[in-house]
Amino acid sequence: MKTSVLVKLATQSIRKNKMRAALTMLGIIIGVAAVIVMMAVGFGARSRIRAQINNLGTNMIVITPGAAQQGGVSQGAQAFPNLSLEDVEKIRREAQVVTAVTPVVVTRTQVIGDAGNWRTMINGVDTDYQVIRDWQTSSGDFFAPEDVASMRKVAVLGKTVADQLFPGTDPVGQEVQIRNVPFDVVGVLAAKGQTASGSDSDDVVLIPHTTMKAALSGRSFLPQILASTASESDIPAAQEEIAVLLRESRETEDFTVRNQNDLAEAAEGSTKVMTLLLAAIASISLLVGGIGIMNIMLVSVTERTREIGIRLAIGARGSDVLTQFLVESIVMGVLGGLIGLAIGMIGSKVLGHFTGWETVISPVLMFIAVAFSGAVGVFFGYYPARKAAALHPIEALRYE
Amino acid sequence: MNVIRTEQLVKTYTSGTNEVHALRGIDLTIARGELVAIMGTSGSGKSTLMNLLGCLDTPTSGSYELDGVRVEGLDRNALAKIRNEKLGFVFQGFNLLPRTTAVDNVELPLLYDRSGQKRDSRALAIAALERVGLGERLDHQPSELSGGQQQRVAIARALVTSPALVLADEPTGNLDTHTTIEVMALFQELNDEGVTIVLVTHEPEVAVYAKRIVEVRDGRIVRDEPVKNRRLAADDLGKVAA
Repeated sequence: MKTSVLVKLATQSIRKNKMRAALTMLGIIIGVAAVIVMMAVGFGARSRIRAQINNLGTNMIVITPGAAQQGGVSQGAQAFPNLSLEDVEKIRREAQVVTAVTPVVVTRTQVIGDAGNWRTMINGVDTDYQVIRDWQTSSGDFFAPEDVASMRKVAVLGKTVADQLFPGTDPVGQEVQIRNVPFDVVGVLAAKGQTASGSDSDDVVLIPHTTMKAALSGRSFLPQILASTASESDIPAAQEEIAVLLRESRETEDFTVRNQNDLAEAAEGSTKVMTLLLAAIASISLLVGGIGIMNIMLVSVTERTREIGIRLAIGARGSDVLTQFLVESIVMGVLGGLIGLAIGMIGSKVLGHFTGWETVISPVLMFIAVAFSGAVGVFFGYYPARKAAALHPIEALRYE
Repeated sequence: MNVIRTEQLVKTYTSGTNEVHALRGIDLTIARGELVAIMGTSGSGKSTLMNLLGCLDTPTSGSYELDGVRVEGLDRNALAKIRNEKLGFVFQGFNLLPRTTAVDNVELPLLYDRSGQKRDSRALAIAALERVGLGERLDHQPSELSGGQQQRVAIARALVTSPALVLADEPTGNLDTHTTIEVMALFQELNDEGVTIVLVTHEPEVAVYAKRIVEVRDGRIVRDEPVKNRRLAADDLGKVAA
């Protein structure tokens, strides 16, 4: 029998029992819709995290003090003051692929401005910081290399800090006090939004790291060095280069060099697990839907025993009957999958609309969902179909 | 040229330790163009004989040749092919597919055809329905047709493959007298055109329309003779109507 004829027969038989077919497909529909919504939310969260990580900067490389051991006891990351300004200078001087590098010194303290005071993060950085983080100013300018060299007390405010201390006015040219030291505001940064961990990237004040060391902290070790390359393809080479340079000046490998992708993957890890978990739970309903198909197909075989008898009597082979019932359950599976896909797409749009979550449905996911529901049809339709094909024509014809 | 030739056809059913001898050795030869009525009471073995002749079942022993093909020992698929190509069935309960139009029902055997010959199955189905006088009812479903019309759809389905033999199992069992005669008139007409027909019936009133009567009792043929005062259904139709 031709495939087109088989599909025609199957759809005929589904049309003859519309209500029952609809109820049977409901299990698959709900299952596929649930999987689609869960995956859409999961992928949405991941693409959002990816965007936030990319927001950190362009082609960024992060160097942090690594785990150190003392008498066999691991002290954990950043336990030792083992990154220094000398390391930064060495990288700046000797690295070929690295185009920008800056130390980052951090302290948290109160900042006083016109409208009041605000506790925020003070980052002591070099001018390269602006390039690495790809961070424009919305007003004024970033401080200049001379400011760093001569330890000038100048500050660039993040958007949040500017809004808190100088609501409604331009802070450039005004003065803030950081730990009772007056700083001239030279610029305000453009808004960057949330970080991957959910904190506010704009809640920050940038000052020259030299000023930071002299006027505020006095500490000489660096919790972080940032670097970047001209193009993304240079990143692995730059990472290797930095590692080699840092190794020259120390005995133990007590630092870690990571790029943006590493950070993104780490941040995505938990979302990935969560997405898979949700999808696994949702696919249980797909399984239940498959069992529903099997159940109805079994009832259908019993109910249509006489029809099977007629078909066998007029010359259908066992394999014809098997294929007919199998195609019927595949058609139900695929049809249910398509409807479920449509509902899932609408559902994730609606969910995204009300919760503000980003939802992403990839074509691959759509294809897998429909193909999988077809496979469910094959798997759960095979046993009833084989039962139908094994019927003896005489007994089937006599069946009341 | 024989359509059917059986030699010592035996069918024994075993249920547990019980052996039921349904057929105890049937020798039957039916030539092309015959219209034979196989008669017998319930339990005589006529249904078993019908199943064997219809290739729906295989004999315990003996041989059966249908239209020049030896049937005994063939597997399920080969039997299905023979049923499809050489046989047309008409059943007592019509056995049409429910909720399926007349023309779809009649087309069905052609869809299962594996001989590979290119035929316009739709056109053949329509021609067969026109042949039995239902050209106006192509798109009616069985539930929208009378018993006589349903049986004529079934006859059209049996004819559509131009089979070597039409097997009718109690074809008038569910019909009233008038419709019975109508259906028998159709069978006689088809037979006159050269279709070989075997009727299985327990009603002598139906058997008189055949050309030859074969009576089965206790699994054996006890009578095999031409019908003496054969009636023409077309004539009787006028009388019943009047």
